[in-house]
Amino acid sequence: MATSETYAAGAASAPKPFITAERVVYLLLFIGLVALPFFSKGFFVFQMTKLLIYAIAIIGLNLLTGINGQFSLGHGAFYAVGAYTTAIMVEMMGVNYMLTLPVAGLICFVFGFLFGLPALRLDGIYLALATFALAIAMPQFLKLSTIEHLTGGVQGVIVFSETFDPEVPFGLPLDPGVWTYLFTLFVGVFLFWLARNIVASRTGRAMMAIRDNPIAARSMGVNIALYKTLAFGLSALFTGVAGALSAIAVKFVAPDSFTFALSIVLLVGLVVGGVGWLPGALIGAAFIVFVPNFAEEISKGLSGAVFGFFLILVIYLAPQGAGGLLRAGVGRVKRLLGGR
Amino acid sequence: MDLFLQQIVSGFATGGIYACMALSVVMIYQAIHHLNFAQGEMATFSTFIAWQLLAWGLPYFAVIPLAIGLSFIGGFIVERVVFKPIENAPVLSHIVIFIALFAIFNSAMGFIWDFSIKPVPSAFGEGPLYEGSLLSKHQTGMISVTMFVLVLLWAFFRFTRVGLAMRAAAANPQSARLVGIRVSFMTALGWGMASAIGAVAGILIAPVVFLEPNMMLSILLYGFAGAVLGGLTSPLGAVIGGFIVGIVENLAGTYIPVVGGELKLPIALFLIVVVLVVKPEGLLGRRVVQRV
Amino acid sequence: MLTRRTSLIAAAAAALAFAAGPGSAQTVVGVTDTSIKIGNIMPYSGPASAYGQIGETIGKYFEMVNANGGVNGRMIEYISYDDAYSPPKTVEQARKLVESDEVALIFQPLGTPPNSAIHKYMNAKKVPHLFVATGATKWGDPENFPWTMGWQPNYQTEAKIYAQYILDNIPDAKIGILFQNDDYGKDYLKGFKDGLGDKTSLIVAELPYEVADPTVDSQIISLKASGANVFFNITTPKFAAQAIKKAHEIGWKPTQFLNNVSASVGSVLKPAGLEASVDIITAGYQMDPTDPQFQDHPEMVEWRAFMDKYHPTGDKTSSFTGYGYAVGHTLVKVLEQAGDDLSRENIMKEAANLRNVRIPLLLPGINVSTSPTDFYPIESMRLQKFNGTTYELFGDVIAAESS
Repeated sequence: MATSETYAAGAASAPKPFITAERVVYLLLFIGLVALPFFSKGFFVFQMTKLLIYAIAIIGLNLLTGINGQFSLGHGAFYAVGAYTTAIMVEMMGVNYMLTLPVAGLICFVFGFLFGLPALRLDGIYLALATFALAIAMPQFLKLSTIEHLTGGVQGVIVFSETFDPEVPFGLPLDPGVWTYLFTLFVGVFLFWLARNIVASRTGRAMMAIRDNPIAARSMGVNIALYKTLAFGLSALFTGVAGALSAIAVKFVAPDSFTFALSIVLLVGLVVGGVGWLPGALIGAAFIVFVPNFAEEISKGLSGAVFGFFLILVIYLAPQGAGGLLRAGVGRVKRLLGGR
Repeated sequence: MDLFLQQIVSGFATGGIYACMALSVVMIYQAIHHLNFAQGEMATFSTFIAWQLLAWGLPYFAVIPLAIGLSFIGGFIVERVVFKPIENAPVLSHIVIFIALFAIFNSAMGFIWDFSIKPVPSAFGEGPLYEGSLLSKHQTGMISVTMFVLVLLWAFFRFTRVGLAMRAAAANPQSARLVGIRVSFMTALGWGMASAIGAVAGILIAPVVFLEPNMMLSILLYGFAGAVLGGLTSPLGAVIGGFIVGIVENLAGTYIPVVGGELKLPIALFLIVVVLVVKPEGLLGRRVVQRV
Repeated sequence: MLTRRTSLIAAAAAALAFAAGPGSAQTVVGVTDTSIKIGNIMPYSGPASAYGQIGETIGKYFEMVNANGGVNGRMIEYISYDDAYSPPKTVEQARKLVESDEVALIFQPLGTPPNSAIHKYMNAKKVPHLFVATGATKWGDPENFPWTMGWQPNYQTEAKIYAQYILDNIPDAKIGILFQNDDYGKDYLKGFKDGLGDKTSLIVAELPYEVADPTVDSQIISLKASGANVFFNITTPKFAAQAIKKAHEIGWKPTQFLNNVSASVGSVLKPAGLEASVDIITAGYQMDPTDPQFQDHPEMVEWRAFMDKYHPTGDKTSSFTGYGYAVGHTLVKVLEQAGDDLSRENIMKEAANLRNVRIPLLLPGINVSTSPTDFYPIESMRLQKFNGTTYELFGDVIAAESS
């Protein structure tokens, strides 16, 4: 396994000093995000909650695509499973919404792992089609009349139908919307930390080795089948928790909330943020939350065209996404500094 | 038994729609080794052009070649303008550009022609083929044209130098360049041809499903499924795949109790995934050896 | 322009001073002396974008109202957002309208799932959620949702009218049903079965289709094979046209009932083929703009003048543009009635206080009525049969009791 470390581009290099530029940036970002709801309107807080939720889902997709090199056009399906798990547990079983997150994550992990098994035989376009099929099929499963007593069929489930808002714990004097945002932020930070550790671990390095050169990875004794399915499961777990959070924030789930357009949107967020660069998720999520609104303001009738135009523009300017742009920028700065 | 036969015939007719689109999918795959998500919208756009020309009073026999020709040029230009500058970007960036094109075409069509459905006249006349027939004149004509395009396409790849060059350019760009093939030009040519075939498919499909900007949304999916099932490298496979999807979908919807009607699309897709797991290159496709 | 405006302000200010007193404790949001902000949410993109025409027409209608001096001197500021028919997006847009744009009310958001997503929110925030563009039955529940009101006749009521007609006139009916597998299709189906009561055994086949299906050919063939002699067609325009065309092609000639959603001559029957559409029965509440019998009706003439002047790119054969005009008129009526007390409470009170109001483009004999316990503005319909060029009304106005 020792040699495979070289593939993990610097993830496990020499010990760093405690205070690094990266850590300072993260800390400032965190403080800014915590402070944000106290200085803005409820609607903006809701948008930011949505942004964080998408970012978590994109991190999930990134684990699969960026780290392990497998395509998915169907992550909306895992998102939906997570959302429905929370909705059903809160509404039908009266479980506290916070406790539903681990369950939603676990169910999605198992679902993703199982889906990863047949996916082992498929790659490239074939995997894209299989996952796309999953995204298309999911809304139809959700409205299947035989399980309508659970899923509410086409009408969906209203979450918190009794109380309207998620309960703010410990009697904190917070607006429920602000609390939902902070809760999402804490979950998001935890998951981000988890994702980074996974990537830096043996598991993460094995996944990257498979992405970069499956034959070499196999010859070094990496169990390809295990790590590929594991990547699917972990990826689904993250995206499923994001879905669960969306059920809490939006307070409503229905088959129409999880059409294949959702999967496409997540993919766009991934690419714009940068494939393989975890913090890019925030940038990608910002793109998919704000740019459509911006496009709508420019032209109602042609909002789709404006959005498409922006998307093309972004890819022209940053073919590798925001992550690629940053890498190039940092590289240039280093060269400049080194030159002196 | 009667119902069974009827469902097969009707599945065959619907399969004809998928087969048409599957041919266009195979064409673009031969040129760029990708699936183009905007292909359905581009085909719909071509159909709108044909519809508009008809509405302006041009005769049918002039409109068809004109629409196909314009689509060819349009596809060629899209490749030159949109994809040439990012030739070296990663695959996923290309996929995002497909999505962007999808949004642009869809939105532009809605803006120009609005979203209400428009009837498109058929070249083969209205009504059933003969009294009591399940196939209409148009459906019969559509399937015949699909077969004709299939033969043309097969001959193109098999017998012409350009066809061969195009296959080489997509399969191994570096070697192709070394033997003097203009790889980049071949790609643009492939886009043009795929658009032209898409135009044919759109014009054939529109009289059955009615023309509107979202016309191809789900048909493209079935076309993908058909093409992948039959093998992305084989036009014949794609057409057969399209027919199989149409028939399987109908039979699943009719005969699987309880959930059949509600889940006919997922069941059809599930069967395709099963086939792919057993035979990943598709029914008639050749395994593409991946460079590692 | 300036003088007209200042005089308007003066008039409004005077009126406000006069009517101040009672409204002071109430919430007046989105209203100034010269304007009132109205929010709207529509699917301008995505698969349901055909309905976007409604939102557009409403905007043009308000433009006309403003050009004619506004409502009680106030200009309507109309803010319409796109939700692409995706419920999470609807929530975002509704919150944007209420919390950021601070509209007085949200008017005509479209679709059952999008409206379900904001149903609780609107009522918790006590913002009028008026005349939602869906025919689901749940919008008329003043006891639990006093801030939400529908507009069009609900789907169940309509389906019951067909069921009753079949029970009365077709004793040997064998009914085949094609329905869209979503909230709207199932609502019709439920109403229809309720209407048949203990005679649901008359239904010999009920087949669903998905919006993603390219065609409904397979279902039509199965329905024919089931031996049905009555066909209840619960489909949206594109599929309705496909179904009618296919049934005609394969020589299946049942008595056809077509849901009102797709009753438009211009955008459904014409594409399907007028010959294939002969004898189709539907229940209507709105005049069809392409129907020759209404061409000289004064309201139709007025509507066409409006379309020519304010919405020249709009489709004059589609029933959506007529719908947008009529529903816009209903809101203006409510605002006029509310006078200068445009608090949210009073707007809601006046919306529930429409007494037999004539709304343009509704069929003769059908009016809008509401009360504090009746949140179903339009409850009557008339059966009509297509004769190849136009619908012929038959029978009386049927005022169905909503559940």
